[in-house]
Amino acid sequence: MSERTITLDVTRYRPHQEAVPTVQSYAIPFPDDWVVLDALNHIKDQVDGSLSYRWSCRMGVCGSCGMMVNGEPKLSCAVFLRDYFPRAIRVEPLSNFPVIRDLVIDMSGFLDKLKSVKPWIIREQEKPLSEGEYLQSPRELDAYQHFSQCINCMLCYAACPVFGLDSGFVGPAAIALGYRYNLDSRDHGTAERREVLGDHEGIWQCTFVGECSVVCPKHVDPAAAIQRVKVDTAKDWILSLVMPWGQR
Amino acid sequence: MMATRPDPAGLYHPAMPATWWLRKRSYFLFMLRELSSVFIAGFLVVLLLQIAQISSGEDARAAFSAMLRSPGWILFHGVALAFAVYHSVTWFYTTSIVMPLRVRGRELPRWLFTALNIGAWAGVSLVILILYLALPASA
Ligand code: SF4
Ligand code: FES
Repeated sequence: MSERTITLDVTRYRPHQEAVPTVQSYAIPFPDDWVVLDALNHIKDQVDGSLSYRWSCRMGVCGSCGMMVNGEPKLSCAVFLRDYFPRAIRVEPLSNFPVIRDLVIDMSGFLDKLKSVKPWIIREQEKPLSEGEYLQSPRELDAYQHFSQCINCMLCYAACPVFGLDSGFVGPAAIALGYRYNLDSRDHGTAERREVLGDHEGIWQCTFVGECSVVCPKHVDPAAAIQRVKVDTAKDWILSLVMPWGQR
Repeated sequence: MMATRPDPAGLYHPAMPATWWLRKRSYFLFMLRELSSVFIAGFLVVLLLQIAQISSGEDARAAFSAMLRSPGWILFHGVALAFAVYHSVTWFYTTSIVMPLRVRGRELPRWLFTALNIGAWAGVSLVILILYLALPASA
């Protein structure tokens, strides 16, 4: 297989060495089927073992290899070098997040947000095991399934200017995940989740830029989820005014 | 859950530049959509003032109308119209995302839903135009 050489301009940030990130260039010979992550692994193994980044599955499933590639949030295991050749590729840590080192961002805030939307099935009352599983029809599954495809890659957060300006915003993936459980026919937790989703740092912070859905590698469409939670929350609020007795 | 970061003090916090909306076409278009509200609000204020002139007598009303015929105001209304059309079209598209139409359990494609909305909008506008043209000239 023919090999060409491409330049990767990689952001380096070594907190004990430099106060602000710098850029280091690497010229990497690559076969046709290499993705950006392969080039980074090559650098790490053959050129500069100090380069830090996250990855695991190399197949678009684990969600850990998100980076900015030429300014766009991408899974680095899913973008081919050949698509950028012969121009250099700029590789940076995901935008809008604090950087721990090189391409590794601090995701602890994101994990807290995920947890805050209670992404699990909440029951008013659990059925006894003897009554069997909670059944669901294909249509009921269809209602939430595509919102459940999220791999927590945080590309949507890197694309969201609202999150960039206000890191307190619960954000696309977490809201979509909360909505996924609201839509689940087995769940009774909508009212509990409203505290977080309906907060001013939740859905109402979103101004519908829509880029989260554009960059999502799993077509989760978090922008749609957020807008639909807005509609549901507004409907519930109006209902609570006209039928206060009907409140859960 | 404890984060695995070594030294929180060593984190680098990137700042969002004030020109973030110039970085990407989609951000720029988003800002245009936001800006369109300013022009639409401006148009409505002018319209309300114009209506208010009705009670101020024939002379005041004529003077106001004459003012609106100046090139500056015509330009303003042209720009406001362009923004209003842009706002409406993007609004219809966003409606297809927010309130998708389901036909036999399947979501209608967004482009189709948007096209239907725009078609209905154009139809209603046409009816209003026809009714207006049918009014006697003295009205
Ligand atoms: S919603 Fe999409 S972009 Fe956002 S974290 Fe989930 S998979 Fe990634
Ligand atoms: S390495 Fe797992 S998604 Fe890229």
